[in-house]
Amino acid sequence: MARSDIADATVADSRPTRWRSIVTDWASDQRTFKQVSWGKAMMWIFLLSDTFIFSCFLLSYMTVRMSTTVPWPEPSQVFALHLFGRNIPLILIAIMTFVLITSSGTMAMAVNFAYRRDRRKTAILMLVTALLGAAFVGMQAFEWTKLIEEGVRPWENPWGAPQFGSTFFMITGFHGTHVTFGVIFLLIVARKVWRGDFDTGRRGYFTSRSGNYETVEITGLYWHFVDLVWVFIFAFFYLW
Amino acid sequence: MAQANDHSARAAHDHGHQPPIRLYLVVWAWLFVLSTFSYLVDYLQFQGYLRWGLILLFMLLKAGLIIAIFMHMAWERLSLIYAILLPPAVVFVFLGIMIFESNYTLFTRLAFFATAP
Repeated sequence: MARSDIADATVADSRPTRWRSIVTDWASDQRTFKQVSWGKAMMWIFLLSDTFIFSCFLLSYMTVRMSTTVPWPEPSQVFALHLFGRNIPLILIAIMTFVLITSSGTMAMAVNFAYRRDRRKTAILMLVTALLGAAFVGMQAFEWTKLIEEGVRPWENPWGAPQFGSTFFMITGFHGTHVTFGVIFLLIVARKVWRGDFDTGRRGYFTSRSGNYETVEITGLYWHFVDLVWVFIFAFFYLW
Repeated sequence: MAQANDHSARAAHDHGHQPPIRLYLVVWAWLFVLSTFSYLVDYLQFQGYLRWGLILLFMLLKAGLIIAIFMHMAWERLSLIYAILLPPAVVFVFLGIMIFESNYTLFTRLAFFATAP
């Protein structure tokens, strides 16, 4: 008890100035990230490592695009769809972007309702998020099919530098895999919320531990990260 | 038991302040607007530095909104914020190295391999 008093005092003392709070947090014993659960801290550290993976992908894409002597295919034309009797550039990618942003919005609201202990709204919003995520993956599958039919391969394509195919399939494929796993996690956690696991203290199948509503926020962190990565892919691969 | 109490007290402390739903809707609307702007950069066929500058600007604004509001980074403690947001800065070193390398590769290809087809 005394120990936690001291810890609380340290936390309180560290409030006033920004730099002092960082120094005291990092210099303190036991734990650095005060008031942050291990689950959330670990998710952030995982996302940091994932940031490096996607950074490496985007940097390798930049490297092959900058160093090739062959013209790079025009993404604006490659990803155009023939709609309403004319070619609309990048339209499918734009729709995918809006779908993913919308799913991030519903996820953020799900987290909010989870902390208000509104099980019904939380579960419904998470299911909507999963549905939008699945729609995104579906559109990506459509895009892949279209490009493969047009002759895009990891080693060649009809329009220019052969590296276009390899970077495209690797970057969007890895991102799509992340989205797919996110949908699976969302469905699992939504089921737990719906069933009231976090109120009854029901133990998890794999962990044998009872969870709490922070699980929704941690799942949300992963989901927002997937959206965040798409922001960079959209900018660098599709628009550049 | 004590641990459970401690945990719920901490949870109550942490999550006592929940931003109103309105904030998420506003951020969502902004993300829509910014995405539309980045799409228009392509649709209106801006070229050169204007294009790249606008793409980067809209990208960074979107990323900032997602991290700060949707991922709640704005409400986290500074020690966590810096632990997560500073390390990716080393990517810029890697970026610099690879730009140098790409230019060199392009130069050697042009100087020694580029033959008119």
